[in-house]
Amino acid sequence: MDTKSHPKSIKLPDTVEVFGNLKNAKRFAIDIGGSLTKIAYYSTVSHRRVFYEAEKENGKSPSSEEDNLVYEVSEGARLHFIKFETKYIESCLDFVRVNLVNTREKMLGKVIKATGGGAYKYTELLQQKLGLSVDKEDEMSCLIKGCNFLLKNISDEAFMFQRHGNPEYKFQNADPNIFPYLLVNIGSGVSIMKCDSYERIGGTATGGGTFWGLGSLLTKAKGFDELLELAEKGDHRNVDMLVRDIYGGDYKTLGLPGDLIASSFGKAMHNHKDHTQFSEADLARSLLFTISNDVGQVASLYAMMHKLNKVYFGGYFLRNHPLSMHTVSFSINYWSKGQVQALFLRHEGYLGAIGAFLKGAEEYDADKYSWLENYAGSSGLRSPIPTQVLSEQGVPVDQLEIDRWESAVTYCPLLLDPANYVPDTVDLTQDTEAREYWLQLFEEILDKFAVRAIQSQPHSDTAKERAQKFKEKSISRLHYLKHQPFAFDPYLVQKQMDNDKALGLLAKRLEYLDGLEWCTRQETLISSVLAGNMFDWGAREVADLMENTDFGFNEARSKIQARPWLVDGLDEWIDRLKGPPHKCAAIFIDNSGMDFVLGILPFARELLQRGTKVILCANSAPALNDVTYLELVVILKQAATVCQIIHESLNKGTLLAMETAQGGPSLDLSRLNLDLAKAMSSHEVDLLVLEGMGRALHTNLLAKFTCECLKLAVIKNRWLATRLGGDTFSVLCKYERPNEVKGGESLKLKICPVPCTKETTKIHI
Amino acid sequence: LNIYGCLSCPGVLMGPHICKDCLRGQIMAGSSQDDFRVPAVENGYGEGDNSIPLMPWFGMDIGGTLSKLVYFEPKDITPDEADTEAEVLKNIRRYLTKNSAYGKTGHRDTHLQMDNVIIRGRRGTLHFIRFPTSEMGNFLLLAKLKGMATLVTTVSATGGGAYKFEENFRKTLNMKNNIEVLNSNMKYEVRCMLYIETNNPSECYYWANPTEDERCEKRFYDFSEPYPFLIVNIGSGVSVLAVYGPGNYKRISGTSLGGGTFLGLCCLLTGCNTFEEAIDLATGGDNTRVDKLVRDIYGGDYERFGLPGDLVASSFGQMNSKEKRARVTKEDLARATLVTITNNIGSIARMCALNEKIERVVFVGNFLRVNPISMKLLAHAMDYWSRGTLKALFLEHEGYFGAVGCLLEYNTYRYSHS
Repeated sequence: MDTKSHPKSIKLPDTVEVFGNLKNAKRFAIDIGGSLTKIAYYSTVSHRRVFYEAEKENGKSPSSEEDNLVYEVSEGARLHFIKFETKYIESCLDFVRVNLVNTREKMLGKVIKATGGGAYKYTELLQQKLGLSVDKEDEMSCLIKGCNFLLKNISDEAFMFQRHGNPEYKFQNADPNIFPYLLVNIGSGVSIMKCDSYERIGGTATGGGTFWGLGSLLTKAKGFDELLELAEKGDHRNVDMLVRDIYGGDYKTLGLPGDLIASSFGKAMHNHKDHTQFSEADLARSLLFTISNDVGQVASLYAMMHKLNKVYFGGYFLRNHPLSMHTVSFSINYWSKGQVQALFLRHEGYLGAIGAFLKGAEEYDADKYSWLENYAGSSGLRSPIPTQVLSEQGVPVDQLEIDRWESAVTYCPLLLDPANYVPDTVDLTQDTEAREYWLQLFEEILDKFAVRAIQSQPHSDTAKERAQKFKEKSISRLHYLKHQPFAFDPYLVQKQMDNDKALGLLAKRLEYLDGLEWCTRQETLISSVLAGNMFDWGAREVADLMENTDFGFNEARSKIQARPWLVDGLDEWIDRLKGPPHKCAAIFIDNSGMDFVLGILPFARELLQRGTKVILCANSAPALNDVTYLELVVILKQAATVCQIIHESLNKGTLLAMETAQGGPSLDLSRLNLDLAKAMSSHEVDLLVLEGMGRALHTNLLAKFTCECLKLAVIKNRWLATRLGGDTFSVLCKYERPNEVKGGESLKLKICPVPCTKETTKIHI
Repeated sequence: LNIYGCLSCPGVLMGPHICKDCLRGQIMAGSSQDDFRVPAVENGYGEGDNSIPLMPWFGMDIGGTLSKLVYFEPKDITPDEADTEAEVLKNIRRYLTKNSAYGKTGHRDTHLQMDNVIIRGRRGTLHFIRFPTSEMGNFLLLAKLKGMATLVTTVSATGGGAYKFEENFRKTLNMKNNIEVLNSNMKYEVRCMLYIETNNPSECYYWANPTEDERCEKRFYDFSEPYPFLIVNIGSGVSVLAVYGPGNYKRISGTSLGGGTFLGLCCLLTGCNTFEEAIDLATGGDNTRVDKLVRDIYGGDYERFGLPGDLVASSFGQMNSKEKRARVTKEDLARATLVTITNNIGSIARMCALNEKIERVVFVGNFLRVNPISMKLLAHAMDYWSRGTLKALFLEHEGYFGAVGCLLEYNTYRYSHS
């Protein structure tokens, strides 16, 4: 689940390293614009993945073994992008040169890809400072390449903007099918490109340079940003001739409001000897509107001419500036009568640099991999003006880091409608109430996370400091733990303890289950999965229980809601089990310990006994106490010593452990590990089991599949439970057959009270 | 107050508007002659009729910047008629036709005068007069002084100002009856344009070799097969109208970057006061000292995309530099403003034409008055970017179509209600 806040609130703490990992830099590209320069480089970073220890030496408590943990070290690729004002180019190049000591020799004779208007002007400087030969790349093709890359890879890269709307920002998911679209680059002038081929279809000279140039003539503002600030304060109605100035009021017959601009700067023309009557702020605002409206109109004309309905904007003019984006959006919508959509890019300033880099890096095969923004190393949404400071030089910079996923990902083959699949059940970018609740919760839970992290590395002197830094950073961007391979897993020790405890109970539990009559057993198996799902360190309500009481499996069973559950498809499921066995089940598992060992394992074992193959799907990277793939392998090995059926199934290959390529508590089935997706197809999975709030409720609750699906979760969050119409620890047990919508619709309505208010608003309009 | 027809105001509104919605207006107006090509004498304007309004005949178009007044001077006055003619009427005629300047700001465009035209069966001369809309108060006082109030019961006016100043007309001229606000149904404008074109064979022209100073010349264009065509009316703002056939047209676009923007910016940047001054300044200036050209960025042509080096890449693109600001003259700035506005209009007009699949674009409006620089730029831009498929056309009476339309419609309107 992604979380967003107003971009203004995002500020990067000073502790973040600028020009990170420069020593490992492999390849450079540079985009030198008239005002801003962007340097791109590629580096490798070592990701450490902790190996779960299968065999422990006797007599040692788990907590003392930190130093003996085995790490799997993998080499990951990371793209770094640094942005600064072109006037600092010398200092920045110096900084790069000094810090390249390790690799300088290797760099000699190599090429730096350069693009942008300044590529010509600074060729010599680049050669002299870095010892690289300069290879100039066409600006437009770099822009397109960069734009394609971002749209395909970076989630929520593109967004629509509606000022004072709720939400103001509407984000668009990363999507491999991005074509065709129109790219409008508003630099000094405006270039308009049609992107499915690479074709410049037009442009206009009225662009950012016009705003800046005319603005410099009309006001005393120094620079682009001061002009924008002025425009924020001004009132264009003092300068522009409005409909009402000509008609005396609204032009009702035509439905034209009186404040529509009829003639930009029209009021400035009436024999004024004294120009001081116009305030600079008013002039700047009028100018901003003039340019933005015009660009929007020209863009929509081109879009209509080429029958395209999506227009993305790049270039230095917009800079995610709300007023400009609003005017452009308004203009496009107006002139296209709503047919054309204006979309903006969070990293618009980096398009050229990304493109130039990719041109020189074709051997890295960017297309083959998936890339993810490393939020921890990137500046926030609104960072038109570099705000961080390059330490010694005092140069303000801004940065973006993008990591390569270690495995290729793809859509889950069982999705009914992959093109329209949205994992999130409640979109926090659109649901203000939900967003506020969750952001608050995330902030609180970070404390717990930090404490765990420190405990997991008791011998590390820097653990405390690092945990603190992590906490600060996380809070500062209010971005939950979804992202990213941290080099260590703070819950590792806790998970190990939980698993050991649960494995100790497994044999007895299986014996008990086997003794039950068939129907009761099926019911017990499902309720055990649900009881197990209570053991979740990510849920505040449960974390408190587990920390303060001796909370066991039976306690958990007594906590959850009695039947009938909030969503109760158990009887249907049991009816189904009376029929023929499934070919293969894919189970997306949740928590370590009780959840997996006493909940999922017996359930999977039952399926195996029916002759159903089982693929257990675990996270690739750690998130809270969720089972990771590496742990899963070990636990299964241990369970095999307890249970003969599991042992045989593993040997026969009817029980498989696979990784999902996910690293968070939620499940995005549009980014599934390619191998897993292939396995799901080849084994002909006809039953999908999604377990836990993150996988079955926050995401995928509304997703439809081509096969049967069982969604199981305990709603451990009071707020959400209430919103769904139940109490804390209400149970979701949703059994769906393909082409069947059961209970989904009514639940959907309950989940989103916000759309109802939206509808009301619509009526008012 | 009677308002009918499509109420789009030429040169003023930004909004796209479809005039088909206004069939109601046409029906109300009762005019069925939508074939504008019918010669004036036969098209209903020329027929003698009892309902012919009393002289004097005026048409007005009150725009955001300029007000246009068209006056019909009858030349076929019989001695009998002359005897009974009111003294006031004679005075008005004498005042308007013997002068070419009225007060400080009123002008009669004598070169546009159309002799020997027939309207409502009367033969006479059309006079074209303009004054700044800001002088409307003075104009009304003058009209009162000349005794208009005693003669005129109805003023036929169009343009946004027809609404705004309606009350002023009523009060100042003490009119008892209606003020007809023929609010610029584009139809009247189109009809009038074709009417004038029919009466004046040299009305429509184009610029040959617009980029070559020596070979550049105006050439008459035979507009007898007009459809379809685009009208781009450049007043304070810009309206774009597509005309597909007789009575079949719609307003398809417009922009707020028009003549008002040019003059407004010029006044701010150079301290000039009038359109003529601004055009004079621009004539002596060089925009390449202000704008950033393709060659300023790429060192020459941007061959990859066929962009010539002398193409403007960024209007005013050099002016963010303090040093360069210090070097430019008022003339350069005026020229750059003119080029910016003109090119922008040209590119919007061109795309509208492409979207509508129309090849002839007629530019009208007072922005083009005494402004060959813009006309040549438009002519060149249309030709260059369309590789010769689009033709930019111009009309001698570029700014007066709304006013003449009023003068003509005045009659039709009275028909239907009498």
